[in-house]
Amino acid sequence: MNTLIEVRDLSKTFTLHQQNGVVLNVLRGLNFSVGGGECLVLHGHSGAGKSTLLRTLYGNYLPAGGSIRVQHQGEWLELVGAAPREVLQVRQQTLGYVSQFLRVIPRVATVDVVMEPALARGWKREDAQARAEHLLARLNISQRLWQLAPGTFSGGEQQRVNIARGFMVPWPVMLLDEPTASLDDGNRQVVLELINEAKGAGAAVIGIFHDRLAREAVSDRHLDMTPPDLDPQAPMASSVKETEEC
Amino acid sequence: MNAAQQIDRDAVSDRTQPLLKVRGLTKLYGPEKGCQDVSFELYPGEVLGIVGESGSGKSTLLSLLSGRCPPDRGVIDYRLADTHKNAGQWLDLYSASEAERRTLLRTEWGFVEQNPRDGLRMAVSAGANIGERLMAQGVRNYQALRAAGLDWLNQVEIDPARIDDLPRTFSGGMQQRLQIARNLVSGPRLVFMDEPTGGLDVSVQARLLDLMRGLVRELDLAVVIVTHDLAVARLLADRLMVMRRSHVVETGLTDQILDDPQHPYSQLLVSSVLQP
Amino acid sequence: MNAATQPRPQAPRDEAYNFAYLDEQTKRMIRRGLLKAVAIPGYQVPFGGREMPLPYGWGTGGMQLTAAILGAEDVLKVIDQGADDTTNAVSIRRFFARTAGVATTERTPEATIIQTRHRIPETPLHADQIMVYQVPIPEPLRFIEPSETETRTMHALNDYGVMHVKLYEDIATFGHIATAYAYPVTVDERYVMDPSPIPKFDNPKLDMSPALMLFGAGREKRLYAVPPFTRVTSLDFEDHPFDVQKWEHNCAICGSHESFLDELILDDQGTQSFVCSDTDYCAQRVSQGRAVQ
Repeated sequence: MNTLIEVRDLSKTFTLHQQNGVVLNVLRGLNFSVGGGECLVLHGHSGAGKSTLLRTLYGNYLPAGGSIRVQHQGEWLELVGAAPREVLQVRQQTLGYVSQFLRVIPRVATVDVVMEPALARGWKREDAQARAEHLLARLNISQRLWQLAPGTFSGGEQQRVNIARGFMVPWPVMLLDEPTASLDDGNRQVVLELINEAKGAGAAVIGIFHDRLAREAVSDRHLDMTPPDLDPQAPMASSVKETEEC
Repeated sequence: MNAAQQIDRDAVSDRTQPLLKVRGLTKLYGPEKGCQDVSFELYPGEVLGIVGESGSGKSTLLSLLSGRCPPDRGVIDYRLADTHKNAGQWLDLYSASEAERRTLLRTEWGFVEQNPRDGLRMAVSAGANIGERLMAQGVRNYQALRAAGLDWLNQVEIDPARIDDLPRTFSGGMQQRLQIARNLVSGPRLVFMDEPTGGLDVSVQARLLDLMRGLVRELDLAVVIVTHDLAVARLLADRLMVMRRSHVVETGLTDQILDDPQHPYSQLLVSSVLQP
Repeated sequence: MNAATQPRPQAPRDEAYNFAYLDEQTKRMIRRGLLKAVAIPGYQVPFGGREMPLPYGWGTGGMQLTAAILGAEDVLKVIDQGADDTTNAVSIRRFFARTAGVATTERTPEATIIQTRHRIPETPLHADQIMVYQVPIPEPLRFIEPSETETRTMHALNDYGVMHVKLYEDIATFGHIATAYAYPVTVDERYVMDPSPIPKFDNPKLDMSPALMLFGAGREKRLYAVPPFTRVTSLDFEDHPFDVQKWEHNCAICGSHESFLDELILDDQGTQSFVCSDTDYCAQRVSQGRAVQ
């Protein structure tokens, strides 16, 4: 299989200096890899570190140790310890991240928010605009909202704008943090189609989906992140299983 | 899209090399007053934010970097533009002559002051403010200067009809945008900004930030921006340097520093911000 | 009229004063400054200006220069607004006649030293003449840069971009370069210089002039010079080239259409008349029979 992202012995700790230096071990000894056209779903209770893992993969959180390697423009690149500008390059070309929360930039029109990843890659404005409008229409964002800044939109509308932005350009590796949460059936279906289209185009997808229907629609394998016991010294026994087995 | 990729490839040689190399930069006015032992590299198109509390040495560092004040120790090397007569060569900023530094500051570099009154000529019109750098570079055609003035007023969202008005008749936000136009007219590669949104109302800030974001991307500017406003830093900067008591205590990707700060002081700084 | 055009004979000097009022050390100091100024055309040389027996702004800078270069054989002409017969011109002429005992004249060709405020004579100068200009503000960059340290650095680094800002403002405001006097020039393609408050009409007379031009600012204690046959160019834009004033009228006295004219209001109805500002030039034309009928 054509592996696009490979994680070895990844760990993440938080040291809370404001609270007497308490150290939280959130991720320990994680190993997995995901290939093109494959979707790995993260399993685990709330607080098991699923979102932390996605953020660590994206470079948003600083790993405590281990290795995250991605196929970036035909070469393996180690993200742990990479220079900020390398991480930004990977985020521009290779690694996409979609959460349910839109970071609103004041005054920027919805269609411009959606187009941004394409313009950053040097697309022509007409091409980017056509794709953005296609996505917004598909996600049932009313056309009269396209030229408005999304700051005043409802939560669901903002979430769909963010999804349109996330799927604006093809990503070799996609990180999805509950993209379908709290969407109505129609819109959830659109998002699942988008995910499957991305997989069909060869993307490696790593996602968190709380809703079972969504999980079943896109998942190929899952990664169990539930800690085996309460002993904080024990290594975290995470295991990757084929979806069929669970 | 092919054309865009072609441009990217042509620019690769320029973009893979740093624009600015800073090593061991130190200037102390007293114990832990000023800045010490600062080293970093800045690449073309990269936006570096310097954050920290008042008195942490942010502004001292900015004056050292921008050639306004020689350091006690340390070296700043700048890679000259392809249009320069010594194209692509490294210039040691403080070994260069004052004339070279000044030329740099009004051609390849820009400096946006916190207070627009310090960065503008308040007694001459908006058009003359914009045209000054061009005149200093030898442009002697009034119509060309006029055209540049109108074009830049447009780009910074000021009504071009106000080209002959004095900056003192402008609002604070307009003055700040005029100051940006005045700096960008010479097509700089590196712009220093000292709290550019500092003195403005929040509503005006948003507009300015949006404008700066757009210009930085369009013109592929490298920027060093000093700010104590973490929201501004998040919106504009690719990466951050956190300063405290003259030292850089943490550096990294902007969203990583703000969402997962490592140093005790960075954690304090981030957790002290009120969320609206 | 005839008497006025003849050089006044040398009168005995008032022995109570040193020759030309200033002491010899001061004159030497000023001459050293002048040598430096001539060697670096357009560069402002500081000098230790002395108190003169008249207020700043009345020509103390010019008088100190004149005193430093005046010899017993010199013939002095003093003009103010082009005229030889205004209060200031008369009193400075009498001052040097009394303290130096030199001959004075109102005739431009006869003078060896011409101290002036506001004009360069219409009659072409020749090689053994020296013009001494009274300068109020010697620094052409002052209007935009208040710091002396900064303006000195700007001169040193040839950093003259701001000079065109002023001209730009003129065009933007008036549609043409409205600066009519003290119009900035570049001397010998290096230093930007304030030519003193002469009308820009006189700027072309500075270029490649056979006479030596000396400039003195008493209050600011600066002197500078343009040596003979030096290029002096007025700043301008390609599409708004330097141009001098022109008049539709001729001089009401001598009929000249080439000279710089002053406007006179003759009565309460606002009747205008234009006459030459250079009184000697006008008088010579009249005596040569060119007066209007």
